[in-house]
Amino acid sequence: MSDAVLDKQVKKQKTRRSKVDPEIGVSLSWKTLKIQKQLIFMSVPIAIYLIIFNYVPVWGWIMAFQNYRPALSFGQQEWVGFQQFKFLFSDETFMLVLRNTVAMSFINLVLGTVTAIGLALLLNEIRAKFFKRIVQSISYLPHFLSWVIAAGIVATSLSIDDGIVNVILMKLHLIKEPIMWLSEGKYFWGIVGASNVWKEVGWGTIIYLAAITSIDPSLYEAASIDGATRLQKMRFVTLPGIKATFVILLIMNIGHILDAGFELQYLLGNGLTIDYSQTIDIFVIKYGISMGNYSLATAAGIFKTIVSVVLVFMANYTAKRLGEERLI
Amino acid sequence: MKAVAKGSSRLEPVVFHTLNSLFMLFVVAVTLYPFLHTMAVSFNDGSDTLAGGIYLWPRSWTLENYKAVFVSGTIYHAAFISVSRTVISTLLGVFLTTMLAYALAQPQYIFRKKIGLLFILTMYFNAGLIPNYFLIKNMGLLHSFMVYILPSLVSAFNLIIMRTYIRGLPFSLTESAKIDGAGDFRIFWKIIFPLCTPVLATVALFIAVGSWNAWFDTFLYASSDIKLSTLQYEMMKLLGSTMSTNNDPSMLAGGQNNQVQALVTPASIRSAITIVTAVPILFVYPFLQKYFVVGLNLGSVKE
Repeated sequence: MSDAVLDKQVKKQKTRRSKVDPEIGVSLSWKTLKIQKQLIFMSVPIAIYLIIFNYVPVWGWIMAFQNYRPALSFGQQEWVGFQQFKFLFSDETFMLVLRNTVAMSFINLVLGTVTAIGLALLLNEIRAKFFKRIVQSISYLPHFLSWVIAAGIVATSLSIDDGIVNVILMKLHLIKEPIMWLSEGKYFWGIVGASNVWKEVGWGTIIYLAAITSIDPSLYEAASIDGATRLQKMRFVTLPGIKATFVILLIMNIGHILDAGFELQYLLGNGLTIDYSQTIDIFVIKYGISMGNYSLATAAGIFKTIVSVVLVFMANYTAKRLGEERLI
Repeated sequence: MKAVAKGSSRLEPVVFHTLNSLFMLFVVAVTLYPFLHTMAVSFNDGSDTLAGGIYLWPRSWTLENYKAVFVSGTIYHAAFISVSRTVISTLLGVFLTTMLAYALAQPQYIFRKKIGLLFILTMYFNAGLIPNYFLIKNMGLLHSFMVYILPSLVSAFNLIIMRTYIRGLPFSLTESAKIDGAGDFRIFWKIIFPLCTPVLATVALFIAVGSWNAWFDTFLYASSDIKLSTLQYEMMKLLGSTMSTNNDPSMLAGGQNNQVQALVTPASIRSAITIVTAVPILFVYPFLQKYFVVGLNLGSVKE
């Protein structure tokens, strides 16, 4: 995935001479700069653009250590040290928000991965090419729709008057009267998890299906000769075959554990379910943009970023120790 | 005993394949039903829809909902903004991503690793909403069209897909062009760019979908400016107004009273806009399918 992964070969051959890259034999000098001026012209402006839009805002982090008031100039701001962070971690709302974020993220991660692998395994068993293609194309259709449309669809499907979910459950006599799904906090996480599966499962299978198709067919033949059943083939050939993909995707996703997504939660959440629906991102919007408490919202944002970066490095390190594929 | 085992082993694949096919049909049904339902509601008379019982087919055909959508100039303008931002972002984004990917794919390029790392880090490292908001504000981009284009021009994910693809192209192409005296920019534009068609399609689709589907930037940076509203943002506002009717029985009654005067209801308007918003993508994606499957794999599975 990363530069370093792709450049592993290069890295291995690196020697102690730091000035000159031994692989390519180029050192940083006026001469090289001159030779590579076109490449520099093609990339450095974009890099500067990136720095402006992604790294310069880090300057704003100082707001988290102030009691920021927009009306005052920089010199006049009141410095408060870690007070915003202290407040954040003693604040009940934030703890609730953190719980919701991690819970929904975890549900999405586990449910998303399991369903994607499951669907990929089952799709792989479909012999009719045409049918397989149709199912696949349709299953990743929702991925291309915005969460606004998806949220509308979820709300319609769950509505008490004529929502399809209630209609079906009533017809099956599983419930006596329509459930107001979106008005009760206890259903919220499940709804978010299910909606995510509906929207992303087909998309998620693309990679796993590709990984399955690239498994050496002779392994299956050998397993058949040894008398393996379908389940045993899955267990001993397919699953080990997609392990590398799984690990890479897991590392990538672990860094996003505090990104439970906020669009669906923001669009579907309401006053009745707020204890279950509010995520860190919504917290930041609410405190920062709506209430103007920029310092607290920035502190929450910093917390999120630091946790993400630390988690990615930890996951990567663990994968390395276990001898698995890794990202960085 | 033996015969039984043999029989079951012959039966087992049949049972499995039947069940599996049925399950696939179930997946298809669950995925498609909401669209067909939305389509049916969008073509059904608004007040009739309130009576319930619309599933896959409109009961009382009408184009009123669509007329109501297009009667308001807001939607036309929102559609115009949505299309403009999508087209501009895609053209600029694809060009810049490919150009950068070309430079970073050159093994001898001195800043290759530094710039690469700078991009990869952005996948996990983000200054956060508030600092970003202040940046946009300080740059004077609030309530300006450029706020839709500038902040998300080149993404790390698309860059990786692109670079992996360019690295896979035969190295001798660039080499021989260089011997012939072509500069990097010429090689990129005349040789590499045309060769990248499949992956260009992938990246273009990713950028276009992202831009078309975005509503949060409007919400955050331009919500007070109706001239900058997008289709998705209009949908989002409608969603807010219909969500409450859907879920609060007391408001449902009030909602129905309103419907007596108006033929179209918020729900039917929303269905119509949903269809209008979704249709462009539904038309494009089947054609690009074979490309993005390749693209996604390039991006996620290492060589």
